[in-house]
Amino acid sequence: MPVTTIAGRTVHVDDEGFLTVYEEWDPDLAEELAAAIGIGLTDAHRRAIDFLRADYAVQGETATLRRVSTVGGIPTKELFALFPKKPAKKLAYIAGLPKPHGCV
Amino acid sequence: MTTGTTPALVPDFDDEAAGRKLAIICSKGNLDMAYPALVLANAALGEGVETHLFFTFWGFDMIIKARMGDLKFTMLGNTATHLPQGLGGLPGMTAMATHRMKKQIADLGVPEVPEFLDQIVASGGHLWACRMSADMMHLTREELYDGVEDIINAADFIEKTTEAQLLFI
Repeated sequence: MPVTTIAGRTVHVDDEGFLTVYEEWDPDLAEELAAAIGIGLTDAHRRAIDFLRADYAVQGETATLRRVSTVGGIPTKELFALFPKKPAKKLAYIAGLPKPHGCV
Repeated sequence: MTTGTTPALVPDFDDEAAGRKLAIICSKGNLDMAYPALVLANAALGEGVETHLFFTFWGFDMIIKARMGDLKFTMLGNTATHLPQGLGGLPGMTAMATHRMKKQIADLGVPEVPEFLDQIVASGGHLWACRMSADMMHLTREELYDGVEDIINAADFIEKTTEAQLLFI
């Protein structure tokens, strides 16, 4: 398991760079992760991130975009605007979670 | 898995899908033949791939307002159910098989066809209806799902999907 340094902090990641240890994440790190992929976080971003973190804690897997929209209440269109092109993966990355496994 | 310190390992989100396009021709109106296109289109959009769906012939059932929520699955002619074919012809069997499949799909949190198309449109997907099919069935834009951008002919579709990867379902 690779280890990388983000904002002076050492974190465990997978081969692509997604964090692998839930507890190593905090909101400050999210700002750094977002900046690393060219996203400046707003409250709208943070709302999606908070849902993903909370949902993962209960479900044990990363919510798909559909789940973020139907259960988290954030419309699909908004997710594509907040996290352009690859919303599910970018959101998971910033939230310090694995990529979603579900198809839909 | 490797061990060691890699400075700033950041996923590459933007380059691989740049300029990639996917076109899916939906020619079937069975419930089980509608989903592969919807799932793949949704997945492609989530990966930043420009995605176009072209509905033609029986695939029109996926976008006719009066029918899109009522697609059916039949055992008839489908040996993959591994049940005697004669059963499939009994009254009520198609309704039962449809009900079961819809439940299995819903249990996975996957939406029904109309809602799935809503999601695809919200994700930036493009829906096109086939001119010849519309003419054959005497259908107008008003009878089609609102997310359909236009009724276009085959040549228009080929033009719109220049350099796209293409799936015929």
